[in-house]
Amino acid sequence: MSPDDGIPGPAESAGAPRIGVDEWVASVEEKRERYSGLRGVALREWDRLPAAARVLLCVGLAALFPLVTSDGNVFRYGLFTLVYGLLAIGLNVVVGFAGLLDLGYVAFFGFGAYTYGILASPQYNNHWQAEAAIPVVIVATGVLGLLVGLPSRRLFGDYLAIATLFFGQAFYVFVNNANRIKFPFFGHTNLTGGSNGIAGIEPFNFFGYKVQGTRGLYYLLLISIAIVLIFLFAVHDSRTGRAWRALREDPLAAEAMSIPVNRLKLLAFVFGAAVAGFTGAIYATIATAALPGDYNVGLLITIYAIMILGGFGSMMGIFVGAIVVSSVPELLRSSANARPLFYGAILLAILVKIRPWRRLALELGGLIAFGFAVHAIASAAYPRLTDGKAIGSGLFARALDHWMLFPRNPEHIADVAYILMVAAIVIFPQATGLWRALLLPALLYSVMFVWENLLLQQIGGATRLILLGALLVALMNARPQGLFGKAYVEIV
Amino acid sequence: MADTPLLELDQADKSFGGLRVIADLDLVVNEHEIVSVIGPNGAGKTTLFNLITGIYPPDSGEIRLDGRNLVGLQPHVITGLGIARTFQTLRLFLNMTVKENVMAAQYGHTKVGVLRSMVKTPAARREEKEIHRRAEEKLSFFGDRLMGYRWDQFAYSLSYANRRRLEIARAMATEPRLLLLDEPAAGMNPKETHEITELIGKLREDGRYTILVIEHDMHVVEGISDRVVALDHGVKIAEGSFESVATDERVIEAYLGLRRATTK
Repeated sequence: MSPDDGIPGPAESAGAPRIGVDEWVASVEEKRERYSGLRGVALREWDRLPAAARVLLCVGLAALFPLVTSDGNVFRYGLFTLVYGLLAIGLNVVVGFAGLLDLGYVAFFGFGAYTYGILASPQYNNHWQAEAAIPVVIVATGVLGLLVGLPSRRLFGDYLAIATLFFGQAFYVFVNNANRIKFPFFGHTNLTGGSNGIAGIEPFNFFGYKVQGTRGLYYLLLISIAIVLIFLFAVHDSRTGRAWRALREDPLAAEAMSIPVNRLKLLAFVFGAAVAGFTGAIYATIATAALPGDYNVGLLITIYAIMILGGFGSMMGIFVGAIVVSSVPELLRSSANARPLFYGAILLAILVKIRPWRRLALELGGLIAFGFAVHAIASAAYPRLTDGKAIGSGLFARALDHWMLFPRNPEHIADVAYILMVAAIVIFPQATGLWRALLLPALLYSVMFVWENLLLQQIGGATRLILLGALLVALMNARPQGLFGKAYVEIV
Repeated sequence: MADTPLLELDQADKSFGGLRVIADLDLVVNEHEIVSVIGPNGAGKTTLFNLITGIYPPDSGEIRLDGRNLVGLQPHVITGLGIARTFQTLRLFLNMTVKENVMAAQYGHTKVGVLRSMVKTPAARREEKEIHRRAEEKLSFFGDRLMGYRWDQFAYSLSYANRRRLEIARAMATEPRLLLLDEPAAGMNPKETHEITELIGKLREDGRYTILVIEHDMHVVEGISDRVVALDHGVKIAEGSFESVATDERVIEAYLGLRRATTK
């Protein structure tokens, strides 16, 4: 059958709209337009940059950090952000690219740390050079990834998650107890140091040059990240990367399109494991020790939180995620940082959420008036409620003394208020119209009361974790696909 | 026509539990032929495709491509040997772009390993270029429909008809000899149906594919088929030209229950 044997031609020759504009394209164009001005220019330029340039730009910015701040800050904010970031990049290959829910991931991190510890610590009397030890660690962890992947290569989704979670826990139990294994021919062997772990792990020693000190480690991590990222960007847009993504989208269709699904799953596992193992070796030199407790579920959750927050599959988003998840709890350690962050966040939320500005002014004015009214009534009727003082010094703290209630002994009343506040937050969304407008100042006041009298008192402990959790909940509600992720379409 | 048929089913049999979906089916598709499979819902048409592509193995019997037995091979191996399919329910890689969908399907006949593409060796760059070129070539088969700005659109943003086209383009990218099309005209309007009819003809003439197609739209079947096979409950009830099958009493009975209606 030839195209022109009397059958009318395809639609476009019959006067249908030419290719170039359809509804979808129009909507995309519209979205682009919306980001006009400086932000639009920045976004478009960013999209146009090649991957390597983006990586180098980010890494370059990060490289300036130690120049503007103290060693302590680099250690507190920098090192852990980068370790988490590198770990999350590796996990992103497994979860973000290939769509395999791997809950045993931190075991590979731990395995890398232990392997390096065995190769370079006085405890085992090995002192390998880094240029030899790092490849060995990477290959060994990759092989372990292969071994874990082999039995679970037919599993998907929840089943794979359970199998890998088991592996992660098994690793934890193993390193905790592998100090008295009895091998045939070798006798009792102390493989992992048991619950004491491996101490005195040596820094990386590249051809006699030792990478140590906070700054040295920071730059080592940064260079590692740049290399891994550039490699992974190349893989993402290669034959293998496309096959991984195809497998994430629809394993059956991928298999039918000549993609060996099982082999690619193993490959993704090996890749993720190798990155984790490498990170583990670096972490071992930072901590100068490998301890079983460092590679447990808590870390796994942190890494997943970073990846989810940044957006699945987005390697740049991971960095923002790592910065948020590892810096926020550190920042919140002191009340001097925590208070402005808290009030700033509340103010920002109100500014974003309440429109028009007239209503905003009324609500804010209402809140301030409400505070003074409560304070005046309380100090007249029941002075014990206003005898206390706000934590800290400065103008803001002293101003708070005249506005917020500070009971002499806040313990009991604050505990009760905390429970009432949680109940109020849960109930509040049910209120509508005028009730909502009237209740908001009272609700905010109660939140601030609890903050000043309970949460801020324990800012070094549970509070910062509660706040981090609240922040993550708020961010994920605002952008379920993660900060830099794009929303995946599952069924259309 | 070659002596060995391109595809040959020899007493293929498949049951799901107690339900016999394909019953001792013999089927032959010769090189360069377009064969349509018709039959009421549940006749076993899609199961037939799943057997051929290795998604499930037959309980007994043989399936041969060019004389080589396919039974027991994994689906991706069978695809590599030259059988590609589309899916009735549309299983595109939705969150990949149009072009990436077609590029991903070239996995089977490309070679560069992950380490080489990681450092972008010259061989990797060359192959990547070739993958791009072939993807564009496959997409250009559909006229303007999947060209230009659509390359970088995500598959989920495509219209239904374009998704069907992309399914075919993706199947073509595996460089098959035999194309299995599962209801390529389902859900299309008359104009698009017409276009698909024409396209299937073009696939044989220009693309040199042999085509086995499941279709419900009798206009399409009439327009494209060299031969029609009618299935009912996994049994071949008629085979031959469109006219002979369409007027076959058992086919009419399978679709309409005519004989029972007339004898009552």
